[in-house]
Amino acid sequence: MKILVTVKRVPDTAAEKRLDPADKTLDRESVETILNPVDEYAVEEALRLKEKAGGEVVVLCMGPASALATVRKALSMGPDAAVHVHDDALHGSCALNTARVLDAAIRQVEPDIVLCGSESTDARTSLVPSALAEYLGWPGLIGAKQLEVDGTTIRIHRETDAGYDVVEADGPAVVSVVKGINEPRYPSFKGIMAAKSKPVTEYTLADLGIDPGEVGAAGATTEVVDFAPRPPRQAGVQVKDPGDGTAGAELADFLASHKFI
Amino acid sequence: MAAVLVLVEHDEGATKKVTYEMLTKARSLGEPVAVFVGEGLDGAQEGLARHGATAIFAATGEGWTNQLGEPLTDALEAAADRTEPAAVLVAATPGGKDAGARLAARKGWGMLADVVDLDGDLVATQNVFGGATTVRARVRTGTPVLAVKPNSFPVQEAPAEPERHEVGTARTAGFDNSRVTDHVVQEQGGRPDVAEAEIVVSGGRGLQDPSNFALVEALADALGAAVGASRAAVDAGWYPHQHQVGQTGKTVSPQLYVAVGISGAIQHRAGMQTSKTIVAINKDADAPIFAISDFGVVGDLFKVVPRLTDEVTKRKG
Repeated sequence: MKILVTVKRVPDTAAEKRLDPADKTLDRESVETILNPVDEYAVEEALRLKEKAGGEVVVLCMGPASALATVRKALSMGPDAAVHVHDDALHGSCALNTARVLDAAIRQVEPDIVLCGSESTDARTSLVPSALAEYLGWPGLIGAKQLEVDGTTIRIHRETDAGYDVVEADGPAVVSVVKGINEPRYPSFKGIMAAKSKPVTEYTLADLGIDPGEVGAAGATTEVVDFAPRPPRQAGVQVKDPGDGTAGAELADFLASHKFI
Repeated sequence: MAAVLVLVEHDEGATKKVTYEMLTKARSLGEPVAVFVGEGLDGAQEGLARHGATAIFAATGEGWTNQLGEPLTDALEAAADRTEPAAVLVAATPGGKDAGARLAARKGWGMLADVVDLDGDLVATQNVFGGATTVRARVRTGTPVLAVKPNSFPVQEAPAEPERHEVGTARTAGFDNSRVTDHVVQEQGGRPDVAEAEIVVSGGRGLQDPSNFALVEALADALGAAVGASRAAVDAGWYPHQHQVGQTGKTVSPQLYVAVGISGAIQHRAGMQTSKTIVAINKDADAPIFAISDFGVVGDLFKVVPRLTDEVTKRKG
């Protein structure tokens, strides 16, 4: 089975993220960057599928040349090869166009299943896996907290308010996985060394047959009009409990005065 | 006036409040048109009418389920082809976003996620980077598809007499090779989802032991709230992942957020600081959570929380 996993380079979780006033895109250059945390679960799940059913795991990343470090990080966990789509014209791409570019790259690889993290920690839109499934013309199994592949049937457990649903589709399909589906492995020293020599296929937009004017900031389907830092919240009342819990009653008064009870 | 499509979020005809929030907002943008997929429209129709739906596109019958993205997308597409709407509103829930993103990809339109406000020109407000930055954005291409965050708009009734249009009684278009084969109800059920609830009560490391989440659950049940958890509590295995609030968990924006034994590290605040009202209970007076709390109690949560739960129960009863 050929398994493809999408990965993204994102600012470090603890870093203060800001928009660049010049082009209103996320400033990724002034902060430490990491492999999107949820993508580690997708890579782990791909490796487990391969360990069970055999085959090959290919990592796909769209991002600037500097995202190669993120690709290598993902490879150090164990995948066999990677595809890196980078082109200056991709800067400022919207979620839908990102999915479109991933679709074109995936058609070059022809996998049997595509795994994505459920969201990236920067934009957090969660739109890419669904849009990607639509572009590919495949079913999308969104929000998997458990995954199994049984022949050509792909089955997930998807969280609901009350528990979970079992959802299945005939492959190929796009599956988005949530944090907690597994425990991602740490790259071993051997894995880190091996990642340096694993094959990385690079594609430009021309290689994928996409007009640069249709993606990136030029072709984005959405645009930021303006942005501003949100005014900081002000601290309100603080009471100290004397040790017997009576402040709980004061808090209840506060909730009642604000019509919550 | 142009139509504004609203994808109805419901559970077998029990309409979710976010649908009424969207219908209310849609009235200021055009003619609200509800798109209903799946079973239970007879029960839902009155509520949709009462909240101003001027038409309902009904996709009920064989193959039409609101539990999969593909049929939702097919129904939205059919309604959009017949109404040429000014905008399509879906809830910013996993299902709503799935359908919206597929629709936008299919039609070559643009989509904005997690919209918390909309002006008359369809410029959308979004809180990004954990609520640190407010962005105003718009769709440049095609019909805007807008995923609206629950609890963003007030609900107002405005009774209408919607005309009902059938999308089709058997679903033939689109992809139909995915299916829901089982619904499993677990113990955690019965409480609202943390991402959609009007009130969230969250517990953190201050609870000291997983069994003490019972205190948080009791308070949540008294308030009719969802239960959340900090990353520290989730990583320690005290509470399931799907309840995690924060940068690597869910971003919530309820009317009321109650933080119990949570210090309020930046990664947690990023998931809840746009809540309308925040209250916190923590033994450390210098905990960062107090800097963003409207009402803070410095004290022993094992004393304060049971007392608070009793008071809430008493006053509600």
